[in-house]
Amino acid sequence: MTSRKSVLVLGGSSDIGRATARAFAKGGYDVQLAGRDVAVLEPDAADLRARYNVEADILKFDVLDTASFENFVSGLPALPDVVVSIVGLLGTQENAQIDLDHATTIMRSNYEGPALILGLFADKFLARGNGTIVGVSSVAGDRGRASNYVYGSAKAGFSAFLSGLRARSSRGGVHVVTVKPGFVRTRMTEGMKLIGPLTVEAPVVGDAILNAVQRQADVIYVSNKWRLVMLIIKALPEAIFKKLKF
Amino acid sequence: MTLVSGWGRFPVVDTDVLRPRSFAAVGEAVAGAAGTVARGNGRAYGDAGIGASRTIAMTGFDRVRSFDPATGRLRLEAGVLLSDLIDTFGPRGFLPFVVPGTRFVSVGGAIAADVHGKNHHCEGGFGRYVDSILLRTGEGETIEASREQNSDAFFATIGGMGLTGVILEATMRLRPVETGWIRERVVSTSDLDAAMRALEAGDSATYSVAWIDCVARGSELGRSLIYLGEHARASELPDGADAFPLGKDPGLAVPVDLPSITLNRYSIRAFNELYYRMGARRAGTSHVVSLYPYFFPLDSISDWNRIYGRRGFLQHQCVIPEHGARDVLGDILDRVTRRGDASFLAVLKKLGQGDGILSFPMPGYTLALDFPMKGDILNFLDEIDRLVVAAGGRLYLAKDARQSHATFEAGYPALQRFKAIRKSLDPAGKIRSKLSQRLFDEVQP
Repeated sequence: MTSRKSVLVLGGSSDIGRATARAFAKGGYDVQLAGRDVAVLEPDAADLRARYNVEADILKFDVLDTASFENFVSGLPALPDVVVSIVGLLGTQENAQIDLDHATTIMRSNYEGPALILGLFADKFLARGNGTIVGVSSVAGDRGRASNYVYGSAKAGFSAFLSGLRARSSRGGVHVVTVKPGFVRTRMTEGMKLIGPLTVEAPVVGDAILNAVQRQADVIYVSNKWRLVMLIIKALPEAIFKKLKF
Repeated sequence: MTLVSGWGRFPVVDTDVLRPRSFAAVGEAVAGAAGTVARGNGRAYGDAGIGASRTIAMTGFDRVRSFDPATGRLRLEAGVLLSDLIDTFGPRGFLPFVVPGTRFVSVGGAIAADVHGKNHHCEGGFGRYVDSILLRTGEGETIEASREQNSDAFFATIGGMGLTGVILEATMRLRPVETGWIRERVVSTSDLDAAMRALEAGDSATYSVAWIDCVARGSELGRSLIYLGEHARASELPDGADAFPLGKDPGLAVPVDLPSITLNRYSIRAFNELYYRMGARRAGTSHVVSLYPYFFPLDSISDWNRIYGRRGFLQHQCVIPEHGARDVLGDILDRVTRRGDASFLAVLKKLGQGDGILSFPMPGYTLALDFPMKGDILNFLDEIDRLVVAAGGRLYLAKDARQSHATFEAGYPALQRFKAIRKSLDPAGKIRSKLSQRLFDEVQP
């Protein structure tokens, strides 16, 4: 290992994961990319090495395989300085309403898996006395909406978990960041109608995450416009909100 | 279906846009339609980056495969943007050898258009620094093409407007530089003769380009500011300057389509007059500027194409062989200044020999002019084209949205050879763009 700082990106092959890895590598971090399919991670690791002359390793990680988590963490070549979880699954709301398996997968991918793995890292970081944990949650978790409440409720749980973890860890020198990206133009949102002024590209999210880690921010909306939008959405009385279809 | 257009926003075409995530998926996208072309960052002005029926968006392929700092040799996917290369490798002391007037183009697009920069007269075009290309042909093969191997495919792909297949990856060389700064010298000239003499004298400069005042008439016709440039050495930087100034995101933006009245003969006249006077004040001195304003002055205003309004604009870029260029350029400029609606992007520069079979450059002078898409502009440009053809010149395909079949054939005598190579790579005609349909496909769908 080098004397550089290191970051572990869980969900490293997603668009936001790739952008986050690039932002940190550009900032001088060595990178560990973790994902289900290590074959697709290798070209991205090679990209980081070629561009930024940093070390880049790849690791197999499946967010649904919670039984493997303890071995995953103890088997790491080195405990990173920063861990970022980008893992998530949007799924399809219509299917999730009638298909319990699909609903379960959405809930586990967005809440159970990310929360459990970050909880394990919190223990390791607290034992070491430092470290930063980043959870990519969603504005969808700020209030359950008709169009995506299965996904949104899992993200709400994840946001609450991160909030508690932050409070628990802050006295032990470990910082927790909650990231709410809003609309991002990625594979996950391909084909969706996104509202232009509220939509950003993945590299903007990667830079925002690095920036949040550097300044030890607690909760960030990648775009301030989303902070305002969600403030309004959260303030609507339920009697009105329940009539909205979005 | 999605409405797609080039940078000039004319024409606007309904096409399927696919965003494959693997090279295998690119192959399926090509095989599955009659008439596909790859699209990079959409900076070709006309219809070059729009498929006859299907368009493959390539910007997701943005990985660097390997880089050797000892040689500057780089292997990368074709969707990497030059802006990304500059920001990533500039601080490490390397820049692309050739950059066009915008850095927001993909490597695949830069190869396909064999783009030129301000150094074409002495260093050639983008293709000269490409050693090898990984190409997915219309026939379904994936081949590596270089000067030694599959050389026909290689030279047809350099400047081939994406019509030999989908460029997947490339190996290219970067230029070692000490800094990200350019030592610039501005020369102000009073008319076209003086401008051409100054460009001629600037042949020894690595970079040279002339901005022409296309409002000035009569004895001032063709008065210009000539920008000469060299890469600045570290010792030439002002004290405390960063050796590599990182490019900021565009600070200004044109958020909406401006009404087409914004650009009228009065605003254009005022702009040209002001620009000339401000430039002339700096003339004669030598100073150091960041590479970003030197190479990419318009990149600092994002979406500047919207200044022309909803109907879009046309860029007319021709090259005229050196012999006799003075008279033809004078004739064109005279007609343009009498019209009065050519706007702020009138650029004159010397070109050298092109490298690809269909590359635009030839030894001579290239003139680029922007016109709003309205009125009788199409007829006017047809007249200009007749002057270009009569002089043995041609038009740049990356800028073109409207030239005629006849103008194109007259300008590109190597077309038959290009067609034969294309046929061997793609016998069923899978790779077709709106541009190839307009200019030379035999089979119309």
